[in-house]
Amino acid sequence: MAGPAASGSAGTGYRSITGPLLLPTWVMIGIFLLLPVLLMTVYSFLTREFRGGVDWTFSLAAYDRFLLNRGLFGDEPPVLEWTYITIFWRSIWQAGLATLICLIVGFPTAWFIATRPAHSRALWLFMITVPYWVNLLIRTVSLRFLLRDQGPLNDALIGAGLLDSPLQIINTNLAVQLGLFYSYLPFMVLPVYAAVERYNFALSEAAADLYASRWTTLREIVLPVVRPGIIAGCILVFVPSLGAFLAPDLLGGAKTYMIGSLIEEQFKGSQGNWPFGAAVSVILMTLVLIVLMIYARAQGRAGAH
Amino acid sequence: MDEVVGVHGVVKRFGTFTALAGVSLTIGHNQFFTLLGPSGCGKTTLLRCIAGFEDVSEGTILLEGRDIARLAPNLRPVNTVFQHYALFPHMTVAQNVAFGLKMQGMAPGPRLKRAGEMLELVHLSAFADRFPSQLSGGQQQRVALARALAPQPKVLLLDEPLSALDLKLRQAMRVELKQLQEGTGITFIFVTHDQEEALTMSDRIAVMSAGEVRQIGSAREIYEAPVNRFVAGFIGETNLLPVRVGSIAGGMARVLLPGGHPLTCPAADAVPAGSPHVSIRPERMTLVPPGTGDLDATVDRLIYLGTDLQVQARLADGTALHLRLQNSARATPPEAGSTIGIVIEDGAARLLAD
Ligand SMILES: Nc1ncnc2c1ncn2[C@@H]1O[C@H](COP(=O)(O)OP(=O)(O)OP(=O)(O)O)[C@@H](O)[C@H]1O
Ligand SMILES: [Mg+2]
Repeated sequence: MAGPAASGSAGTGYRSITGPLLLPTWVMIGIFLLLPVLLMTVYSFLTREFRGGVDWTFSLAAYDRFLLNRGLFGDEPPVLEWTYITIFWRSIWQAGLATLICLIVGFPTAWFIATRPAHSRALWLFMITVPYWVNLLIRTVSLRFLLRDQGPLNDALIGAGLLDSPLQIINTNLAVQLGLFYSYLPFMVLPVYAAVERYNFALSEAAADLYASRWTTLREIVLPVVRPGIIAGCILVFVPSLGAFLAPDLLGGAKTYMIGSLIEEQFKGSQGNWPFGAAVSVILMTLVLIVLMIYARAQGRAGAH
Repeated sequence: MDEVVGVHGVVKRFGTFTALAGVSLTIGHNQFFTLLGPSGCGKTTLLRCIAGFEDVSEGTILLEGRDIARLAPNLRPVNTVFQHYALFPHMTVAQNVAFGLKMQGMAPGPRLKRAGEMLELVHLSAFADRFPSQLSGGQQQRVALARALAPQPKVLLLDEPLSALDLKLRQAMRVELKQLQEGTGITFIFVTHDQEEALTMSDRIAVMSAGEVRQIGSAREIYEAPVNRFVAGFIGETNLLPVRVGSIAGGMARVLLPGGHPLTCPAADAVPAGSPHVSIRPERMTLVPPGTGDLDATVDRLIYLGTDLQVQARLADGTALHLRLQNSARATPPEAGSTIGIVIEDGAARLLAD
């Protein structure tokens, strides 16, 4: 109901932040966001220095390596290089699946919390964030320990007589999915919670009053109204999942190799290739940017209401 | 039987709190029926029980003879105009109005046509493609009305639909709502705590307090023949004077007023338990010289009200009462501190149950 008033111009004097107050923001964005992105983009166009680092001469070698295969000695006619595209595709697929799982689990969770009495919501939210007090690396290593062939999970399953031999979980997609899910679930729960908490349940009553069943109400009323929260949650899970390297590294195997690991390796030790790592990062960032732009457009359309 | 809605012994408890303590009422075809009562008396709760948003703890709710008390809200052929409208923010006005029809399975063509007709009915045709957030409060209210009327429900429930509007608009909407009810022939159950609203619009009014129905009747019956102190005090202004009851026979009671003067007045059937009172409307008393009327009183204060003059006075035993006199040039108003005599018009006093 506050729509037109909120977009009016009468209140600009109270809403705008100007001048010196914005300085820290601009400094932070400049030093920690724009500058690194600029540096990385520049690095991606430089020449590889063996033993790490770069040589300051312009080169397209990094992008060439990503896209084209010129044979082992670089003297064959170029064909499309599938290695890295496959890794990208796998990463997108894994990240998308992780996002979907987080949504399926996170939405009811957020709904549950948002419909608790006001005083207990804070406690539920707090409990969602408790695992995050432990470092992500430690959590992922612990998960590896839990899931491995001689780990507690398999021991328990065999002990209960449900299995004869250990179930191979570690080094599979399942393990990577579990890792991503465990790492990023709160990023889904929190924005969806914020949206559901603001949801006016009288709308659901109105829908039921107008002969809509529960499922129809969910599909036609609830989901469209809380969509901004769902989209925000999906982005917050999808983007870091796409670049994740801890979960694929520690829980997955060669078959689950993802972009994050590829980039990480380029900057590690003397085997690395800084320009190539930078180029892969730039390509990844461009992808993410495209996703965000789609989001912004969806938001813009929703905001028109 | 001309009954659309029959509420029989409905009890609603929230935990240990009883919001409805055995409500029974019947509502006829094509009626503008109002639930009137102070805040917290259970009006909304009763409406929500009829709509199906609350389960009743006990009792039955009949709709054209069928018990609907345990049906899900989407299976009840009643529609609601919500207090804060609850319009779907992501749908246009036309989509909002057509939603119920869509859920009933009407094809897109006919339902948009019908939505258009409904919008015409509430004078909003020009706004069909706007979103609710682009409408004023009064316009949103009309959309809510059109949306609830579109599926042609057997009963329309309205929970204080006018409370968010300013006075002018509220008065205009009263007339419009009444016309809409008569035009569509749909039974309206209208909730309000505004007695003026109730009196001007309703065919029948149920006055509620603390989860109970205290009286059901036409506006005139409720105003002129309240059956208990609560209704007398809640509808309009009144004076409640403690009396001693002599006898009650044939609907008439002989009572002794404070000060000892006898009076014969209409009475509710049962002999009131506890302390009996008579109710006298302030405009149904006239001034006479002291000692010549039914009551003698001392004037405390005069309040000028434009067309009327209010006299606040006190009986010898301390009971406060007030009178309303027409403000005319002929009559000289009494002075504060003076003693006045008061005559109660014939039939103006009523003996009330507690
Ligand atoms: N969900 C609930 N849980 C507990 N108590 C409730 C609930 N809903 C209503 N009540 C109580 O029931 C009583 C009746 O409430 P209701 O909303 O029906 O009042 P009302 O007559 O509509 O009042 P108003 O004019 O202020 O809207 C109130 O005392 C209220 O506190
Ligand atoms: Mg209410």
